[in-house]
Amino acid sequence: MEVGIVSYGAYVPRFRIAPQEIGRVWGTDGEAMGKGLMISSKSVPAPDEDVVTISIEAARSMMRRCDVSPKDIGALYVGSESHPYAVKPSGTIVAEAIEASPNMTIADIEFACKAGTAGIQMCMGLVGSGMVRYGVAIGADTSQGAPGDALEFSASAGGAAYLIGSENVIARINGTYSFTTDTPDFWRREGQPYPSHGGRFTGEPAYFKHVTSCSIGLMERMGTKPSDYTYAVFHQPNGKFPTRVAKQLGFNDKQIEYGLLTPQIGNTYSGAVPLGLAAILDNTVPGDRVFAIAYGSGAGCDGFDITVTENMAKYRRDAGPTVKQLMEKTKFIDYATYAKYRGKIRMKEGGE
Amino acid sequence: MTTARFWRDNATRYNLIATKCGNCGKVTFPPRNVCPVCHRKSMGKMEKIHLSGHGEVYSFSVVYDAPLAFEMQKPYVIAIIKMAEGVMLTAQIIDCECCEVAIGMKVKATLRKIGEEGPGGVIHYGYKFVPA
Repeated sequence: MEVGIVSYGAYVPRFRIAPQEIGRVWGTDGEAMGKGLMISSKSVPAPDEDVVTISIEAARSMMRRCDVSPKDIGALYVGSESHPYAVKPSGTIVAEAIEASPNMTIADIEFACKAGTAGIQMCMGLVGSGMVRYGVAIGADTSQGAPGDALEFSASAGGAAYLIGSENVIARINGTYSFTTDTPDFWRREGQPYPSHGGRFTGEPAYFKHVTSCSIGLMERMGTKPSDYTYAVFHQPNGKFPTRVAKQLGFNDKQIEYGLLTPQIGNTYSGAVPLGLAAILDNTVPGDRVFAIAYGSGAGCDGFDITVTENMAKYRRDAGPTVKQLMEKTKFIDYATYAKYRGKIRMKEGGE
Repeated sequence: MTTARFWRDNATRYNLIATKCGNCGKVTFPPRNVCPVCHRKSMGKMEKIHLSGHGEVYSFSVVYDAPLAFEMQKPYVIAIIKMAEGVMLTAQIIDCECCEVAIGMKVKATLRKIGEEGPGGVIHYGYKFVPA
């Protein structure tokens, strides 16, 4: 059975903060930090935004773009590491907001930055086996970095939603492959407000090893090489890592151009590859082939080989905002406002 | 108590579900069992409909002295929105500067956090409006 993307939607909050502003407060060279990470600004959620609202914005845009009845959705997964509840699934609220519930299965997923793509794989299995007609997979985050930590320069917010099915597929998923090991490069213990990371350990043994292994493994299984793909998107904790790994693997700058969003919006964690893929799909035409590799710390990669179908030509892309349109709608804020919005200022009881 | 009270209206708040009188056609929000115009004649004829989410600012106020739960968002705009279906409702206008809001401004509905019962309590989500 042909399984693929039937529709998609994206969302990025409008607030931005620049690395220079973060560096100014903590006495670090924000300019150099931004250049090193290849990040000129990162998105910041408003005080009334969280993973649930971001997921709903993306899912509603996804539903507006297609004619699928929400009642035909049999599964919904929200992948995130910043679910607003520790216990009480974000997905239940999202499903209610798109009027898909109650005849469906829902679960929240966590696998650092690749929980959204894990959801896509789960939906592929359910659709492919005939257990459900359509499944929704969402990757969204409002990630946090501890004040003064290097993560603060990159941790941002955003997300994208994918409707997976076997009818009227706009992008066929030709194959998927995952590469997973026990690698403690980044973690957050239960009850801790901010994550911890292994500094330089997050590079070679974590990101590069997994992304490279997954990419090579996927291409071996599909019998392809980098030049067979029109576009590629890699997980992007900063601008530097995906650019370097793409070059190492043999992809060129043109192939990764559309999917590389971190330089403008920062690392949206579970939203990163889903958003990058959405930005690519915004620009594809039938026949284009897309290579997507999501990475989640802990650590693992999900790889996808995707071909855009003829249905893309009549797909209602204009019914929802493109990633480019979302990225253009910005308002820069200073660090004090950022700290207030992100709950880094202790308030008296009763405040948000 | 508050949790149950909010939960009962979740569907209405998430998706702007209103009622339309099958007798006179008047749209009411939040939904009602009886039309405020036709009373008894509307009994059993109240149809649930979805508001389109599009409307315009009928009147508004900028709140500078906010309740504690809204401290993070002040100053913010609270407005009476005249929906395309003619019904009016009160909501916050977001994603723009207070000075940009004007009577007659076109707006569309979105969904955001509207409150929570403390840091360990239930989070309430509902409609707010953004410039169309």
